[in-house]
Amino acid sequence: MTEQNRFPLADTDDDSHYRLRLFITGASPNSTRAISNLNEICEKYLKGNYTLEIIDVHQQPAIARSEQIIALPMLIKKAPGTERRLIGDMSDTEKVLKGLGINTGI
Amino acid sequence: MTNVNKKQSLVHHPSLPKTPTGINGLDEITGGGLPKGRPTLVCGEAGCGKTLLSLEFIIKGVTEFNEPGVFIAFEEKAEELTTNVASLGFDLDKLQADKKIRLDHVHIDRSEIEETGEYDLEGLFIRLGYAIDSIGAKRVVLDTLENLFSGLSNQTILRAELRRLFGFLKQKGVTAVITGERGEGAALTRQGLEEYVSDCVILLDHRVINQISTRRLRIVKYRGSQHGTNEYPFLIDEEGISVLPVTSLKLEKDVSTERVSSGIPALDQMLGGKGFFKGSSILVSGTAGTGKTSLAAYFAHETCQNNKRCLYFAFEESPRQIVRNMKSISVDLQKHIDSGLLMFHASRPTLYGLEMHLAVIYKLIKKFKPAAVVLDPITNLITAGSVSEVKTMLIRLIDFLQEEQITTMFTALTLNTIINDQTDEGLSSLVDTWVLVRDIESNGERNRGLYIMKSRGMKHSNQVREFVITDNGLDLIDVYLGPEGVLTGSAREAQKLNEKTGVALRDFAVTRKDREVMRKRMMLEAKISTLQAEFESAEEELNKIYLEEELKQNIIEKNRQEITNIRHGNAATPKDNTKKEK
Repeated sequence: MTEQNRFPLADTDDDSHYRLRLFITGASPNSTRAISNLNEICEKYLKGNYTLEIIDVHQQPAIARSEQIIALPMLIKKAPGTERRLIGDMSDTEKVLKGLGINTGI
Repeated sequence: MTNVNKKQSLVHHPSLPKTPTGINGLDEITGGGLPKGRPTLVCGEAGCGKTLLSLEFIIKGVTEFNEPGVFIAFEEKAEELTTNVASLGFDLDKLQADKKIRLDHVHIDRSEIEETGEYDLEGLFIRLGYAIDSIGAKRVVLDTLENLFSGLSNQTILRAELRRLFGFLKQKGVTAVITGERGEGAALTRQGLEEYVSDCVILLDHRVINQISTRRLRIVKYRGSQHGTNEYPFLIDEEGISVLPVTSLKLEKDVSTERVSSGIPALDQMLGGKGFFKGSSILVSGTAGTGKTSLAAYFAHETCQNNKRCLYFAFEESPRQIVRNMKSISVDLQKHIDSGLLMFHASRPTLYGLEMHLAVIYKLIKKFKPAAVVLDPITNLITAGSVSEVKTMLIRLIDFLQEEQITTMFTALTLNTIINDQTDEGLSSLVDTWVLVRDIESNGERNRGLYIMKSRGMKHSNQVREFVITDNGLDLIDVYLGPEGVLTGSAREAQKLNEKTGVALRDFAVTRKDREVMRKRMMLEAKISTLQAEFESAEEELNKIYLEEELKQNIIEKNRQEITNIRHGNAATPKDNTKKEK
């Protein structure tokens, strides 16, 4: 669970395809919560239309610099649209959705 | 961790181990540097030099102490920093390539980030830890950490994480510098960072008073160590930051009995025949145009003639002007400038504040290492501050100069001749020798009188000398003291002529009298000889009578003898008989 458990299956040029990267720190409570929360959201709103990459920063400390990581856990939405950054344990679903640009239609 | 433990086990010394910053002067006031292995807070307003100070701490750490450092920039990008310090002669790119320094720009922008719940700053920790470990850093700078507060909104998390961060830095055993913006009112930083950094807090300040700006540095606190508590001025110039701890509270400086010439033999003569003491301070004061600068230039010239360095601070004239003007009294300063013995530093007093002047002077002296310093004139500095400020500055300057055993000559303009007993920014109590040049105005002309108001520790003349400036240089002439008072200039010359006439007249009178005496003597002698003659004739007369008498006696005696003979003997001469019968 902690390490890159899902690889991008294919590079889809589809505009609506979500490419997500979640940076976590080991098995910290925040990290585990973030993973389960995000999984839940993705399964619910983006079923089959997303690629999620989970990276443990502890394992790749150099990435922290290149990706401008400060606060963790952090989710980077690479596509579609502009890059967005979300931090926190993803417990605020509304904000996550807003950050990902998903219109729930509620 | 073992490394850290080892370090902590070394901390047995009674004194706090310190990390020298390498920044000029800062190590002096902190008593050796920043607390080793602990965070230090550097705070101040925008543009006061926080980033430069912290960056210099890192760079000097590498170049002077071989301690690699990490610089985490929250404000400026790495490239910007590199450009900024390139002007100071540091090549950050090379130092980075050599793995001596690691620059890391932390970009954080609230508009790009959505907060979706609990988080922590583990990312920053990992980043920092990785940077430290990758080059074995001993020094870390976080500039400006408070930017986190503008990027992230959850204060509770941030504060908890900051506390953890400082713990983390200590645990890493790095000496850290954290910069923070000055807050409103009495707060040192906007976000109260001083709560977390309790070991050492340095406050930088940039004040503008009377349109003149001065940078100052103060150590607000330094736990477990003695430190200078004053506000120290500091400079940012082509060599980075220099802090100038120029106030010494002790009067423990060495003294010298060595003497240095003033360049004017007659003035040396007035000062016990040998001139000033080495390392003493000399004040030359006087009204405008009395030749103060000439005196100072003479002194500078003399110093250079003796193959010693002299630093000349000109606050009134440009160096070229001084060189040209001094040529007119046959003092060639240019050759000393060419030979590197003389250095001029000319600046308008209003160029910067007094502290800054002091700082510049201090720095130049440290660099040039002169044997003598001339400040011409100190009174002009008043335009850059108040009288009391100037006095404080001069006290500090004199203190510093005496500590360095540098002979100093100040010139001071006295604006009002009436108050010349106390004048000159109250400097008189500080200086060792006070030479006063004043105008003596009489007979429609102005002349210069020079006297020594005081000269500590040496016999000095109490006389007023006339100070003359000629094409051949400066000289002192005894003034004429006569029944008419002190005479100078043409009055003195006139008096001299008068005297000459007097002498001639007197000479004439004397010869006449001499002749009369001679005559009288001759007369008397003549008289004496007459009397002598008289006496001789009288004596002769007496002698004659006496001789006659004697002759007569002789004859009578003879006759009587004959008569006797005749009576006794018959056969005597008939002559006798006849005589007897008679």
